[in-house]
Amino acid sequence: MAGAASSFPTAARLHQPIRATSEPWYVKAILIGVVFAFFTLFLFLPLVVIFQEAFSNGIAVFFSAFTDEYTLHAIQLTLLTAAIAVPLNTIFGLCAAWSLTRFDFRGRSLLITLIDLPLWVSPVVGGLIYVLIFGAKGWLGPWLYPDADMLAHSAIARFLDAHNVRIIFAVPGIVLATTFVTFPFIARGLIPLMQAQGTKEEEAALSLGANGWQIFWRVTLPKIKWGLLYGLILCNARAMGEFGAVSVVSGHIRGQTNTMPLQIEILYNDYSAPRSAAFALASVLSILALVTLILKTFAEWRAERQLADAAASLDLPIKR
Amino acid sequence: MSIEVRDITKKYARFPALDNVSLKVESGELIALLGPSGSGKTTLLRTIAGLDFPDSNAGRIIYDGTDVTELSAYKRHAGFVFQHYALFNHMSISENVAFGLRVMKRSKRPAESVIQERVRQLLEAVQLAGYEKRLPSQLSGGQRQRVAFARALAIEPQVLLLDEPFGALDAKVRKELRRWLREFQDRIKLTTIFVTHDQEEAFEVADRVVLIDKGRIQQIGTPDEVRKTPANRFVAEFLDLPAEATASIPA
Repeated sequence: MAGAASSFPTAARLHQPIRATSEPWYVKAILIGVVFAFFTLFLFLPLVVIFQEAFSNGIAVFFSAFTDEYTLHAIQLTLLTAAIAVPLNTIFGLCAAWSLTRFDFRGRSLLITLIDLPLWVSPVVGGLIYVLIFGAKGWLGPWLYPDADMLAHSAIARFLDAHNVRIIFAVPGIVLATTFVTFPFIARGLIPLMQAQGTKEEEAALSLGANGWQIFWRVTLPKIKWGLLYGLILCNARAMGEFGAVSVVSGHIRGQTNTMPLQIEILYNDYSAPRSAAFALASVLSILALVTLILKTFAEWRAERQLADAAASLDLPIKR
Repeated sequence: MSIEVRDITKKYARFPALDNVSLKVESGELIALLGPSGSGKTTLLRTIAGLDFPDSNAGRIIYDGTDVTELSAYKRHAGFVFQHYALFNHMSISENVAFGLRVMKRSKRPAESVIQERVRQLLEAVQLAGYEKRLPSQLSGGQRQRVAFARALAIEPQVLLLDEPFGALDAKVRKELRRWLREFQDRIKLTTIFVTHDQEEAFEVADRVVLIDKGRIQQIGTPDEVRKTPANRFVAEFLDLPAEATASIPA
């Protein structure tokens, strides 16, 4: 028994510091101090300020900020935008992850690189792209706007005009820009997971007589659901919080094309409104961020377990 | 059910995985596809299952006289057991076994009570009664492999295809499962083809052995025939036969 016990690390031994990587105490203290100072200054303090300012004129004023017609409309528009952009990107993301991990084709690695583009490019550029394409002076302008010169009476233009639909400086433009900015999140979450999991389970389902639809719902989706949820959460947070790209295509029409982040800016610059109104709205976005963080951590933990399960079922060591 | 492979060729890039392969498996036979890794034996098995396809107009696959070359795996009704089991990790053992029954068209799908009874019988047959509610991750390798067998058998396949079925198991479990497979096959006479790189396994279990190298069939015969009269140098060397057996073979 003594031999067996000594071959396992005891609790005391596990808590001993690992000598090889330990530093003098003051180095440790300085490093940890710097990290704490940084966190406090750049992450924690701003969060405190937002809530402090939001409630600076009392709880009544805080809640009255949400009775403002334009603010309510901004919240509605943000929810609507997310409700369109997130499902769209879920479908795009699933299609992209599926084709990039299941098929081998020319240009595959180029596509994997391009998926990240919206993360690298400035959101303002992302917004400008849509102005250049869909704007009245843009590539598609002549087809979309009846008053733009040459093809003055294209069928699409007449249809859009008859139904009073605009793209740029209107809701469709905001949805497009948001979709562009949030495109990578779901695909990026799924690609490594699906690559690690491989296609053996799908092949097994196929040999058992399942068709493509059944395989997706019964085998693939349960395998990737936590990775998908992780992507959904990040995608949603970004969709609701996006400022730059939306700002370019929005046109800032109060009560029509202002989302929450844009409305915050307007309220902040508006000296006739109480300052706390901007911060009240900002606190809603901050709470969204905190909830996102918690959900994200949970989904990430479950997704890692799914990845570990996939590795374990192949009797392979877990690759991280 | 008998299976015929007729002049199958399949190339990956330029390298041929299968080069004009023909094979006839009689109904109720237990056949081993034996060869070194990269010889094309797994590709041949997957082509028979409909998981891989031959190059266009490069051969036919025939099940009991019916040409199934163009049919996808999900219409071929062949039981396939994967090397690493490929169990559905998120489903219980009984749901894994029931999967093939649950995805059947409504008109063909058995009643829930029938499914439950079939699952119970199958788990009993593979000595896993009492494990219904467990998840695959809670089972040992040998147990998982038996679940994979039960799952493949649940759809009452006319042919059983096994890809290195014992490859990932330790020696003792491997021997047990081997014996179990042979007994099982003697009892229900299900046409079975299995892939292995282990000659001992092939000779102990199979009625006939098919030796494959470089995408070509080198020899087909009973274990005795192959050992007594190896067809060529590859067979003699792969089976590590004594010098006198190889002496008579032209290089």
